[in-house]
Amino acid sequence: MAAKRVGIVGVGMTLQSSARRDVYGIELINEAVRAALDDARMTRKDIDAIVIGNMDHFEGINYVDTWSVDGSGALGKPIMKMTTGGTTGSTVAMGAYYHVASGMFDRVLAIGWEKNSESDTTGAIITAFDPFWDRPTFGGAVAGLALEATQYMAETGATEEDAAYVAVRDRKNALNNPYAHLRMELNIEAIMGTPYLAWPVKLGDMCPRTDGACAVVFASEDIAGDFPNAPAWVHGVADRHLWAYTSDPYVNQHVKGGTWFPAMERATAELYGKVGITDPLEQFDVAELYLPYSFAGLRYMESLGFCERAGAPALVRSGATDMGGKCPVNPSGGVLSSNAIGATGLLRVAEAALQVQGRAGDRQVPGASLALATGFGGCYWSDELVIGIEKPERNRG
Amino acid sequence: MDDWRESQEILVMDGRIKVPYTWSAGEVGTSYLEALRDEKRFLGTRCPNCDIVYHVPRMHCPDCFTECERYVELAGQGELVTWTVARRHYPPLSPLGGRFGYGVIKLDGADTGFLHLLAEFEEGELVTGGRVEAVFADEREGSMLDVKYFRPVKGVE
Ligand SMILES: [Zn+2]
Repeated sequence: MAAKRVGIVGVGMTLQSSARRDVYGIELINEAVRAALDDARMTRKDIDAIVIGNMDHFEGINYVDTWSVDGSGALGKPIMKMTTGGTTGSTVAMGAYYHVASGMFDRVLAIGWEKNSESDTTGAIITAFDPFWDRPTFGGAVAGLALEATQYMAETGATEEDAAYVAVRDRKNALNNPYAHLRMELNIEAIMGTPYLAWPVKLGDMCPRTDGACAVVFASEDIAGDFPNAPAWVHGVADRHLWAYTSDPYVNQHVKGGTWFPAMERATAELYGKVGITDPLEQFDVAELYLPYSFAGLRYMESLGFCERAGAPALVRSGATDMGGKCPVNPSGGVLSSNAIGATGLLRVAEAALQVQGRAGDRQVPGASLALATGFGGCYWSDELVIGIEKPERNRG
Repeated sequence: MDDWRESQEILVMDGRIKVPYTWSAGEVGTSYLEALRDEKRFLGTRCPNCDIVYHVPRMHCPDCFTECERYVELAGQGELVTWTVARRHYPPLSPLGGRFGYGVIKLDGADTGFLHLLAEFEEGELVTGGRVEAVFADEREGSMLDVKYFRPVKGVE
């Protein structure tokens, strides 16, 4: 049996903010779920199955699938938890997509959420790493990303100012997004003037810690036309994970024919091959990328094929990725403006869907019809999805 | 509608989960950590199929699943592949006082790197591709912190 084509027919997101103390976790989840169901003009009873994810240790609640039933809508329904670190939200989207594509479910709800305010984010992140080989010497997400930034600058000659350009762009875009956590216009000098956290990464280069949730309804081609909004079709997905330890992305890429960022490059090659992307800058109208800090907005552009290696500083400075450019990146303000970790990857997918549906409000890229959405996490894992308004001829994987 | 914050203070409950664990290092990990603790030696394992020397050691090659050869003796120094200097100290998670950093280090004889701490360096002294050496703790208990940190090898570019 051929896989079903799958469309996104409903999107819900909560206000992203530093602490959503007005709701506790189950209620926060419910807020996004009700918004997604309202958007698709559905009720809880219409949902066939649910895929939910967050990072357990951020809230200290380990059975989110059962604990959240009252909020997720899973009462009496199949529910599955997927947790893959930073990629959790994009993995949840892919999990819901697989459910529907299999032909076994027609309407599947994907939920990603996090309340980072409820724990010590860095302390909790460390529990995701190996107790023998990584934890004793691991400095958390900021120091881990700083290792990548140092390597990128050493290998390409890129500067801290180049990275600051990315931070300026994403932060400015967030002014157009009423759901974003940080909405601030800062110029390059202001970003450069923020304190160093771990050289060369500064406060202005980093994402915030955020509370928020997102829910997305995926529907089978058999019924996707029955909803008020034109479906945003999933044109293809791909993901790759590397080996497990913190050091792997920096050294092991050089082992046995390794490349620059092998997980992202291999996912990209598979995805672009399936969907028929040969020139992403020309073919994508918009991209919502999981860029957890500014330097990612350089290096990942290269691994996603938007430019040659070391070409990203010139690409972003050309304005091609700004609003009004050839392929605007992160009209929502991206991860630098909101990072409720379990929701973050799903928000990229939700934003991509709203863009191709022409429903992105003040952050809309006019006429967008094909979008790239990504998730990033852990030891350089990569999830990637292409979302388009045109119905694909068949499910291409 | 009134802003709830004006009339109501939201209750916040403090919690702390402290659970004891007894993680087993397994045969390979135990041999590695004993050599570090008792003899200040670094051991790697080698996949005979891929010809890759893994450090930290793997029992089986993560690529082809061939059982790795035990053990390959590695040097106590190597190449600094990439690094960062901690600028904002956060006491519960800062393993060292003073100026310190984090580095990915490829020991001489190994093909893969590992994460460790950096100290005893001057401002501007750390360079990508530079040479670093292990400084061992006097009291060693069989953990990665039996190496206190790595420092630049003096007089070598
Ligand atoms: Zn092998």
